[in-house]
Amino acid sequence: MVRGSRTVIDDLSFDVAPATVTGLLGPSGCGKSTLMRAVVGTQAKVTGTLDVLGSPAGAAPLRASVGYVTQDPSVYGDLTARQNLDYYASVLGIPRRERADQVTRALTDVDLMSHADALTGNLSGGQHSRVSLAVALLGSPRLLVLDEPTVGLDPVLRRDLWDLFHRLAAERGTTLLISSHVMDEADRCQSLLLMRSGRLLAADTPQALRTRTGTDSVEGAFLHLVDEAREAESNS
Amino acid sequence: MKPSRTLATARRVLRQLSHDPRTIALLLFVPVLLLVLLYYVFDADRRAFDSIGASLLGIFPLVTMFLVTSIATLRERTSGTLERLLSMPLGKGDLIAGYALAFGVLAIVQASIATGVAVWLLDLNFAGSPWLLLLIALLDAILGTALGLFVSAFAASEFQVVQFMPAVIFPQLLLCGLFAPRDTMQPVLEYISNVLPMSYAVDGMNEVLQHTDATGDFVRDIAIVGGSALLVLFLGAATLRRRTA
Ligand SMILES: Nc1ncnc2c1ncn2[C@@H]1O[C@H](COP(=O)(O)OP(=O)(O)OP(=O)(O)O)[C@@H](O)[C@H]1O
Ligand SMILES: [Mg+2]
Repeated sequence: MVRGSRTVIDDLSFDVAPATVTGLLGPSGCGKSTLMRAVVGTQAKVTGTLDVLGSPAGAAPLRASVGYVTQDPSVYGDLTARQNLDYYASVLGIPRRERADQVTRALTDVDLMSHADALTGNLSGGQHSRVSLAVALLGSPRLLVLDEPTVGLDPVLRRDLWDLFHRLAAERGTTLLISSHVMDEADRCQSLLLMRSGRLLAADTPQALRTRTGTDSVEGAFLHLVDEAREAESNS
Repeated sequence: MKPSRTLATARRVLRQLSHDPRTIALLLFVPVLLLVLLYYVFDADRRAFDSIGASLLGIFPLVTMFLVTSIATLRERTSGTLERLLSMPLGKGDLIAGYALAFGVLAIVQASIATGVAVWLLDLNFAGSPWLLLLIALLDAILGTALGLFVSAFAASEFQVVQFMPAVIFPQLLLCGLFAPRDTMQPVLEYISNVLPMSYAVDGMNEVLQHTDATGDFVRDIAIVGGSALLVLFLGAATLRRRTA
């Protein structure tokens, strides 16, 4: 994948198991957001093959079944949370009679019912990004691509959201691909993709990564793998 | 394209505006104030006021809707909402038609107030029907919306988009016949004015001013304004890309 004049992601191949929570981890600028944009089909200049739910990424039939939350909240600051969700729900083609219920459910899921009728632009940073997250919960997406959904949230809310993500996977069979650079969130994922400067370092379960590298945390495993990769680079 | 999505988009745009009463007030009442100002500028020459006032009634919707749309869609591009919408099952046509519809409604209200004030308070003497005036105002507004949408694709910031106003709108203002009749201009300029849509918006207004019925020229004028609006809307749709760098 080329962005501007540089190749941002190169020679990368991975699978995500259905109905699981997969974490995409790596340092800032390693290409997490770019990879996610490719998966939802908004990234130009993607070469190679990328199949999502059995169709090429970005294909028209996928647009209603893939939910995507960008890193910066992408909702209208001059609408209330409820009005934002109402609009996106009608774009997703959710029938009018179900719309109000779905909107309420999504707002409840992100714990925003008390601020449903406040102007989104006047909400706090964390509330603002939760409105953006709630949009992705509308309808019944089969794949959710969430770019750092828990950044800037307090521990209680983070735990609640991770519980929600696991419920979505277990109860509704949703597949989730979630990026983060907070390594302690990695342990909550069923499988991990570790990235570094546009390449995949490892793809495994947290447990397997720890065992393989002989470390006791995912953070340790990641640092170990980075050091290994650095050494390999300097030797060649 | 699906009508339900177009309508939802139009409603969303109007809801956004409804949270911003100052913008609405500026949109609706600045044209009126400018007309009143002009009325007193031509204190000694009421005939000149008739013709220039009529031209302005055609120009206001175009200019204001151009400004509002270009900023609104630029914001949509930079805030990530456009990227999100285009990753959803929203047709590009739905988005564009939604904007055109919302600002068209606003333009009708704006033009009704401005025309009402011009005719009843400022004694602007129209020979033709006020409905024809509203029709042109509506088409002008849609043309302004279309131009704004199109231009916002070439701007990376609000600073740039505002600079498109003198670049795109001023030449049309100078050449549309407001300052000198178009057939008295230097021939090259007259030719250029013949291909600029605002010229026909102003011509159309003046047709309604002078004739009781819809003349052939009037029909030609609105066809040209409507046609260019449609053309620019299609160009605008082409600037919306589902995949970006
Ligand atoms: N629009 C763009 N044009 C050119 N290069 C870009 C563009 N967007 C991002 N890049 C570059 O692509 C690389 C990967 O960016 P990306 O946003 O995918 O990183 P990230 O892993 O999501 O980082 P972070 O954790 O900070 O969000 C970076 O080096 C960045 O500078
Ligand atoms: Mg990122």
